[in-house]
Amino acid sequence: MSDLLYGEIEDDLRSGLRGMLDERCAWPDVLAGTEKDEPSDASLWRVLTDFGVLALPAPEERGGGGATWRETAVVMEELGRAVAPVPFLTGSVIATAALLAAGDELLPALASGERTAVLALPFGTAPDGPLPSVNAIDGRLTGEIRDVADALTADVLLVPAPDALYAVDAADVTRAPVTSLDMTRRLGDLTLTGAPGRVVAKGEEAVRAALTAGAAMLASEQLGLAERCLETTTTYLRTRYQFGRPVGSYQGLKHRLADLWTSITQARAVARHAASCLATGDADLPVAAALAQAHCSQVAVRAAEECVQMHGGIGFTWEHPAHLYLKRAKADAIALGTPGHHRATLARLVDLPPA
Amino acid sequence: MSTAPPGAEELERRVAAFLAAHDPAETEPLAFLRARFDAGLAWVHFPEGHGGLGAPVALQQAVDAAFERAGAPSNRPEANAIGLGMAAPTLLAFGTEEQRRRFLRPLWTGEEIWCQLFSEPGAGSDLAALGTRAVRDGDSWTVDGQKVWTSMAHEARWAILVTRTDPDVPKHRGMTYFVCDMRAPGVEVRPLRQITGEAEFNEVFLTGVVIPDEHRLGEVGEGWRVSTTTLMNERVAIGGRAAPREGGMIGVVTGLWRDRPELRTPAAHDELMRLWVETEAARLTGERLRQQLAAGGPGPEGSAAKLAFARLNQEISGLELELLGSEGLRYDDWTMRRPTEVDFTRRSPGYRYLRAKGNSIEGGTSEILRNIIAERVLGLPGEIRVDKDVPWKDLPK
Repeated sequence: MSDLLYGEIEDDLRSGLRGMLDERCAWPDVLAGTEKDEPSDASLWRVLTDFGVLALPAPEERGGGGATWRETAVVMEELGRAVAPVPFLTGSVIATAALLAAGDELLPALASGERTAVLALPFGTAPDGPLPSVNAIDGRLTGEIRDVADALTADVLLVPAPDALYAVDAADVTRAPVTSLDMTRRLGDLTLTGAPGRVVAKGEEAVRAALTAGAAMLASEQLGLAERCLETTTTYLRTRYQFGRPVGSYQGLKHRLADLWTSITQARAVARHAASCLATGDADLPVAAALAQAHCSQVAVRAAEECVQMHGGIGFTWEHPAHLYLKRAKADAIALGTPGHHRATLARLVDLPPA
Repeated sequence: MSTAPPGAEELERRVAAFLAAHDPAETEPLAFLRARFDAGLAWVHFPEGHGGLGAPVALQQAVDAAFERAGAPSNRPEANAIGLGMAAPTLLAFGTEEQRRRFLRPLWTGEEIWCQLFSEPGAGSDLAALGTRAVRDGDSWTVDGQKVWTSMAHEARWAILVTRTDPDVPKHRGMTYFVCDMRAPGVEVRPLRQITGEAEFNEVFLTGVVIPDEHRLGEVGEGWRVSTTTLMNERVAIGGRAAPREGGMIGVVTGLWRDRPELRTPAAHDELMRLWVETEAARLTGERLRQQLAAGGPGPEGSAAKLAFARLNQEISGLELELLGSEGLRYDDWTMRRPTEVDFTRRSPGYRYLRAKGNSIEGGTSEILRNIIAERVLGLPGEIRVDKDVPWKDLPK
């Protein structure tokens, strides 16, 4: 059975990150950032680079942190709490996992923050989902790929074509920004017209591994976000008075939050299991990742929805952070496959066929 | 002279040495179990001299597995759940040295079964309102009252009992905790028939029952604090069982789904997969709780585990019944019986559906558990307490 607890190194990493994010990524900054032209927070990204967390699971001789996906999961939790607008999931998890699987030379540049790569797929693509059709003729790529997360931030695009995964310089691709539901992780539409590509890996294997890693790690982001929503809400309910009592003294709200807390304790176990399976290459990884997405997506969305509802009017305003959590939570639930998709995947994996 | 508690290797060595000296095939079962207790290999986290070696609780599983592999006799923990899960940790925490010596060994070997005399007809969720009176008379106490929902009372040798000893102070302060001899004169046990047709539980009438003061656990008036220890362990015991993937109730339905393709519908498939996911999440949470227990003590996650377990059992058994259609309308047996253990898998789907209804009531209702989580974990304000500073005798009943 996988280790579902946190180790001392993980606790230290968390407290260091949380202190930094409280200072550098407070929600008013995040909110202000959603109305700026810059697609992500470049200065926060530089701080994360200095923290040395950009390629934790990569070996040290390739510029990585020499740690595992378990520590990466803790970074995801903390970034999720802060709804941090940085390309960590797309670059440091998904693209890094692809390059690790491929053993590609680009990895050290990603680890050092010198370059940023994303996998050029619609953000809703599940680990076992269909890939968009891009033509590759003599190393030149042509096609359209919509809804690519952090596409505008990246300078390298990892483009899956039928024969191989290619690295394409972002300057050779037409990138159109998309007004996104979650403006803290913006999408872009890509148009490739004979863009020159370098083969990173033959076949689909690296792409599937990257998406699976993404699904497993996204659960930790969802966990962090859900915990933040619960904390924000309980703090508010303790201090908000109506009818002469703190609103949090009413069972109608208390019981819902108790249920939410219960779901979050489960989300933690599920996310830890997925991180552990990814870290150790456990055979249960496909099940663990699908389970993590089927479960944690719904917990995060519920946490964010309860956060909005239990704040009442203020929760519906632009000036309150609840909408940042809600938009991220709903976008995360769709990212890398919906809960429904993952349940169908599980049905296949555990031999429970549909009617 | 004290030494460091034994680690995994040392325990392995001690189990091997014990088995070499007590061949399970040659040794009489009770003698074997007593010797195992005396060797400190019963519950290894208990102190030396009380069936343990002060070892980490996490090592217990490996010890149990080693004995099982060797074909060792079992102490049948399923028949003494209250004793092992609740009485023993309470005896360990509050018992005198003499009480621990008298009670723990026969409890662990299964020679003496235990039951719990806590709930009363007028004190369910509000246990601290209980009215069973214990009046001191020199070196003994005389107890009068009625207890309810007592599983195993008809088999039990001993009970853990909480009573009212001072009606003139607010309810939490006037309680005292005892070990009660179930064979004492004045103890009357009657079966309590339940919605499944059988009677797992009893009503227990206590009329002039005399309990020696040496069977008191904790100080006079400290009964609530002692009970809290018992109840924290109950929640862990109910919600935190180890199970393989698709163990328990979900396994019954997944088995049915695979064996009977003609029962499958799209709506049921969606429901099945949703419950599969939630069950697996709850299972991993239980596993994480066990890992936490091994590293510390029971935490509030125990309440969450029980909450989830109750809801899932009810939803899954409901799905099974619907999946079966007309077949689900048949019930196996309404005969009044006295089962000694609950086994969901051996009875009909209707039984499972009905018995699961108890899961959100027994051992703390789901509503009370939600209050506990909201107040103790999330720090939300408590319920408005009209009974807080009122002497017990003046409370409306």
